[in-house]
Amino acid sequence: MSAPDPPLAVLAELTHRCPLQCPYCSNPVDLERASSELDTATWCRVLDEAAEMGVLQVHFSGGEPTVRKDLEELVRHATRGGLYSNLITAGVLLDEARIEALAAAGLEHVQLSFQDSEAANANRIGGFRGGHQKKHQVARWVRKAGLPLTVNAVVHRQNLDHLEDIIEMAVALDAERLEVAHVQYYGWALKNRAAFLPTRAQLDAATAVVAAARERLKGTLVIDYVVPDYYARWPKACMGGWGRHFLNITPAGKVLPCHAAESIPSLRFDTVAERPLAEIWAQSEAFQRFRGTDWMPELCHSCARREIDWGGCRCQAFALTGDAANTDPACQLSSLHEGVYALAEREAGAPPPAFTYRRIGGAA
Amino acid sequence: MNRRVVIELTSMPRLPRHVKLRFDKQRNRWIILAPERVLVPDEIALEVVKRCTGKASVAAVVEDLAASFDAPREEIESDVTRLLQDLADKGFVVT
Ligand code: SF4
Ligand code: SF4
Repeated sequence: MSAPDPPLAVLAELTHRCPLQCPYCSNPVDLERASSELDTATWCRVLDEAAEMGVLQVHFSGGEPTVRKDLEELVRHATRGGLYSNLITAGVLLDEARIEALAAAGLEHVQLSFQDSEAANANRIGGFRGGHQKKHQVARWVRKAGLPLTVNAVVHRQNLDHLEDIIEMAVALDAERLEVAHVQYYGWALKNRAAFLPTRAQLDAATAVVAAARERLKGTLVIDYVVPDYYARWPKACMGGWGRHFLNITPAGKVLPCHAAESIPSLRFDTVAERPLAEIWAQSEAFQRFRGTDWMPELCHSCARREIDWGGCRCQAFALTGDAANTDPACQLSSLHEGVYALAEREAGAPPPAFTYRRIGGAA
Repeated sequence: MNRRVVIELTSMPRLPRHVKLRFDKQRNRWIILAPERVLVPDEIALEVVKRCTGKASVAAVVEDLAASFDAPREEIESDVTRLLQDLADKGFVVT
């Protein structure tokens, strides 16, 4: 195989620490502790390597990236190296001075997560008292600092009926963009799946709400919508295809093709301490394993859509079939598709179980 | 943004702070960087976006393009207005 094109973007997971405890968090169930996090100098070197190899954007994420005291320094470093930087945050630790400092360091954009439009339910889902009210304040500071804002709302059976209000909230917060993302079932979300899967009727109603809002708010609010795979007909091209456009760096420096890739136990990941980023991108076993179309099962390999969705999500294939090299069962051509659909309807139809909150060491 | 930007001949289009037109050395092409998006403008879009400086009106941009490319003014005017309105609706151009 010839050398792959360089990635467009890097997701830099600075830490797994987070004051919130969202049960749908896509972080791995085995969270990294603060003691294993990369230090400032290593992150700076990695950002330089990324810019050098042709990466254009860096998304600072986590956990909660603002837990790191060196965030401003990392943003400044990324900016100096020509990278476009985005902050993906739950916001609750930010104050106005810090937002101004981040903007001055060159931050281009803030993506702020909300758990619901209704405070009590939002705080129950995030497991953080007062969080929702604080987020409203943070959104105002972000706009005051002249930064564009994306509101990210993860939706599911326990907040989906508030979608109209969530959209109105994004408009009221003067967001440029709203991301309405149905829960993706990896990591903690997979553990809590039965608490989150919506019914088909709930999903269809939400899809109609989004379509109407897009029309009504054209030019005011851009709405991105991610549908839940379990009810889809075709799978998503996860990350735009394995090892094609993105790479993800964990708090401890492991380089992953997608943020959930550690859920596939047979994969071995290189770390930024051992090898240069460009070499990992081009050669690492974990990237090579599912890159392109050679690895595909016959069903995908002979399919006309193989370079549209790249066989779907490897982590989902593993989670639902036990083999990451299978066709993603979100695909209607998979023999397991109907079973997944039925499972979704069954779980969504039963009363929701209690949450298992995301906590370090809290999975037991 | 809370109010739709409507592109008229008198509008002064510019890129908002968070939208950057950059030359991508490694891939040898112009790109537009925006939150969570990387756009690759085609030749015409690139010529238009390069002129979105906030110092020239849409009419002036049209004039300039008509002269540079020796093309009929009316055609350019409708193409440019449509393109800018589309970019404005996506949040990539403000006035
Ligand atoms: S999803 Fe919730 S718990 Fe997970 S990192 Fe984001 S804010 Fe923290
Ligand atoms: S068979 Fe494979 S390649 Fe074809 S649509 Fe389904 S997942 Fe995609």
